[in-house]
Amino acid sequence: MQLTHNMDSEKIEQDRLYQDMGLSDEEFEKIKTILGRRPNFTETGIFSVMWSEHCSYKTSKPLLRKFPTEGPNVLQGPGEGAGVIDIGDEQAVVFKVESHNHPSAVEPYQGAATGVGGIIRDVFSMGARPIALMNSLRFGPLTTNRTKYLFSEVVAGIAGYGNCVGVPTVGGEVQFDDSYEDNPLVNAMCVGLINHDEVQKGIAAGIGNTILYAGPPTGRDGIHGATFASDDLAEDSNKDRPAVQVGDPFMEKLLIEACMEVIHSDALVGMQDMGAAGLTSSASEMASKAGTGLEMNLDLVPQREQNMTAYEMMLSESQERMLLCVKAGREQEIIAIFEKYGLKSVPVGKVIEEKVFRIKHHDEVVADIPVDSLADDAPVYHMPSKEAAYYQAFQQIDVQTPAVNHHGETLKQLLQRPTIASKEWVYDQYDSMVQTNTVVTPGSDAAVVRIKGTDKALAITTDCNSRYIYLDPEEGGKIAVAEAARNIVCSGAKPLGLTDGLNFGNPTNPEIFWQMEKSVDGMSAACKALQTPVISGNVSLYNQSKGKSIYPTPVVGMVGLHESTAHITPSFFQKTGDNIYLIGETKNEFGGSELQFIQDGKYEGKAPHLDLTIEAERQEKMLSLIRQGKIQSAHDLAEGGLGVALAESLFSSEALGAEVTLTGDATVALFSETQSRFLVTVKPEHQAAFEDVFADAARLGQVTADNQLTVTANNEMILQEDAAALKALWKGAIPCLLKSKA
Amino acid sequence: MKVAVIVFPGSNCDRDMYHAAGEVAGAEASLVWYTDTHLLDDVDGILIPGGFSYGDYLRSGSMASTSDIMNKIREHAEKGKPVLGICNGFQILTEAGLLPGALMRNKNLSFMCHQEELVVEDNETVFTTLYDKNEVVRFPIAHGEGNYFCDEETLQELKDNNQIVFTYKNNPNGSVEDIAGIRNKAGNVLGMMPHPERAVEALLGSEDGLRLFQSMIANWRSSNAVNA
Amino acid sequence: MRKVQVYITLKQGVLDPQGKAIQTSLHSLDYPEVEDVRVGKYIELQVEDGPGLEGRVTQMCEQLLANPVIEDYRIELEEAR
Repeated sequence: MQLTHNMDSEKIEQDRLYQDMGLSDEEFEKIKTILGRRPNFTETGIFSVMWSEHCSYKTSKPLLRKFPTEGPNVLQGPGEGAGVIDIGDEQAVVFKVESHNHPSAVEPYQGAATGVGGIIRDVFSMGARPIALMNSLRFGPLTTNRTKYLFSEVVAGIAGYGNCVGVPTVGGEVQFDDSYEDNPLVNAMCVGLINHDEVQKGIAAGIGNTILYAGPPTGRDGIHGATFASDDLAEDSNKDRPAVQVGDPFMEKLLIEACMEVIHSDALVGMQDMGAAGLTSSASEMASKAGTGLEMNLDLVPQREQNMTAYEMMLSESQERMLLCVKAGREQEIIAIFEKYGLKSVPVGKVIEEKVFRIKHHDEVVADIPVDSLADDAPVYHMPSKEAAYYQAFQQIDVQTPAVNHHGETLKQLLQRPTIASKEWVYDQYDSMVQTNTVVTPGSDAAVVRIKGTDKALAITTDCNSRYIYLDPEEGGKIAVAEAARNIVCSGAKPLGLTDGLNFGNPTNPEIFWQMEKSVDGMSAACKALQTPVISGNVSLYNQSKGKSIYPTPVVGMVGLHESTAHITPSFFQKTGDNIYLIGETKNEFGGSELQFIQDGKYEGKAPHLDLTIEAERQEKMLSLIRQGKIQSAHDLAEGGLGVALAESLFSSEALGAEVTLTGDATVALFSETQSRFLVTVKPEHQAAFEDVFADAARLGQVTADNQLTVTANNEMILQEDAAALKALWKGAIPCLLKSKA
Repeated sequence: MKVAVIVFPGSNCDRDMYHAAGEVAGAEASLVWYTDTHLLDDVDGILIPGGFSYGDYLRSGSMASTSDIMNKIREHAEKGKPVLGICNGFQILTEAGLLPGALMRNKNLSFMCHQEELVVEDNETVFTTLYDKNEVVRFPIAHGEGNYFCDEETLQELKDNNQIVFTYKNNPNGSVEDIAGIRNKAGNVLGMMPHPERAVEALLGSEDGLRLFQSMIANWRSSNAVNA
Repeated sequence: MRKVQVYITLKQGVLDPQGKAIQTSLHSLDYPEVEDVRVGKYIELQVEDGPGLEGRVTQMCEQLLANPVIEDYRIELEEAR
């Protein structure tokens, strides 16, 4: 059979049609060199998606190499569908975060829903049963109808998909800032549980083995989604609507159950989900990883629409599809399992020795590409980097303490800031309890799910304060990782590792690339200091709109292990008479703080400083005290500082109060956002043991029974508020904003 | 006591129900795929779990209610064997006509998931004998279509026959008369939106649901002892 | 082959929260004249023609397509070709 050099190939070069697919002139030349000829239309499409940032990480690769990816418990680092970490007893945890920012900006419900669907497939394609979902969301201020619509629909989309597939959404975070106004961020994380001997790889090994397509037929959905995700969000992106895929969570649920059965068959060689760039990426990557080639006949691919071209089938991002490599002659065993669940699976190709990716359609070869060139020969760009102009200016700004006249009023204002306010409106829409493992439901520092059949549990959190990263990418990068670890530790678990969702603006802008570079440096340093390797991740670039870039937002999704469910520690105060302690000194640090924004309407100055040695030492001490049962509750100090943390600690009870005495400047003590601090309560009988370990912790006061928050500073009562009233403000803020007219 | 947890395509609380009724409450539980009708021949009770059978497409519970296995379940119900439908299981039972009324979209149009307080209105069904009448219990809810509706006449019948088993203390979804769960006239078929199977371990926040499964098992034991 | 159109609506007297929400939105978009909104479903079937077609479609509605407890339905048959 001859390759069809259809007349397109000349035209593609002459008219530079490849540019419309996102390939540069140099990249097109490189493709010609690889092939020794001009690529045809289908091949150009295949290269364009495989060499897009989304699939090839061509601009972020040099940075990603800086992350520590290995550790004694890491069974699988970056490179497969998701990373895998050992948790003992022959079990492992599998997790990954993925962004679906651009699709969600265009069609928020489906964009968010398919984002959830995709990350779940990444996890179960590893052979793991998905046990928890998290999400990290960013929107503009909740003041415009557009943002309210985006926010409501994204939440509904996550709920609609996650609830139906029966994977609990156990937590996450939502932040609101101007920079996300036109470019919201939707990052979803999935955590799975697996037995060591069930870990699958996405490989197409064994010459002559069969390539099986499973799931619904291919339509023209989301063609060029992968390049779409790597492009600026143009003002007229509403016209891009057809590129957005539609999710079917019912199909996904069936696919999960079928795949959970399929992995127990030794007829299975490998499987991978058809995510971004669909059939192209799954098939070529499976062959490339196995060191084989692959031949596929598109006439055999189930098709939902008529007259689909090879280009369309290879690039379609129709959802809920899997590609499997199955031992030759044993296809029927696997097909029967899919059939039980009402799913179609059909052989579409085979593994070949020659390392090429060969696609046939209507008895013609429509693509014939050296398979490794798609994955390995993708260009890698070392982008120019330049310190952002604003950075030095921010470093020069003198530290100032905001002027606060009435600390109670300020606390109320802070509690109603959407980023701090209760997210109950969001998480009440998520089924957080299905699978009956959720010990700590959404609304705490970290979610906790127990592992049935053991006494262990997993703590999960997502974190990223992008304001700090904007002010100082390196320091902010450290903080993102440290805060996630602190949240895990507060829940009583030992941090195991993390997945990152790197969301940035346009990397061809040297100042944006500098933000990327520096934040990755900061994160890597923190990962090393806290021994939390990066086991998987995702990169989303070009997050900008109308020339305005988002704040650098490298989301950290971290998982920790409770060796016993007895170590699970609440973040809320527990009992009257318990001693309240603050661990860590408080400095005058308001750069990037909520209070700064309330007062000045902007973020500027220096980000809070973070000392990784101190952070690591405190986390270790905290964990050992928790394991000895000396800590009643533990809460990380974050946005809004001690004042907000104290108030939040009272919100799970209708009776408890707190009486605390502060030293030094009351505004600094209450609202500074200094890092590496913990608010803990300790039973009176454990006071000595606690103080032995944390000799320098400040004993602030006691938990009371009056449901009041009372704060004294310098012999003067500076704040006394009814906890129930504070809670009502905190809880009502987001519903109130959604109801108010724009 | 042998109980079957029915698994429809899209059921997603099946393994939770299996865990609660079997591993925690101590029944001899099995998961039965909806086409394996014959596996129901020798079971003593049927549990229809929550989830999104057939994706909740058309109407929640509608497609599952027309499947073959429902005929078998109907036979069991007529023989007086306990049949419990939770959440989507309740929706399936109403769609199948084993219980009156229908479940509609929540009043606020949103899915909601949290703990709710319920009042045990009737402690004389096989599922509720270990509760006190008017006892307040905490079960999680997790549904988008749990708004119970029936016409006036049906409501009167429900009241006259003591068929209202659970009501919400603070009605979350707009259900008629705060109804959270109802039974058939005979008392052996119970449908409810809240999830007792999610409330069987203190670690997860409530143990109040455990007695529902224990009641079912205890009542089976005593009636079997009489028969033997 | 004949096209059969089935319209399913909530019975009068059954609360339609979705309809109410749409009505509120229309009012806020300054369409005060909207007095009521009812949301229903539209189902299109391609059915092999034959005697008793309408009766069979009625059965389909009773058995599956509509829930007689809360819904009404109306069937429209496209003219035979």
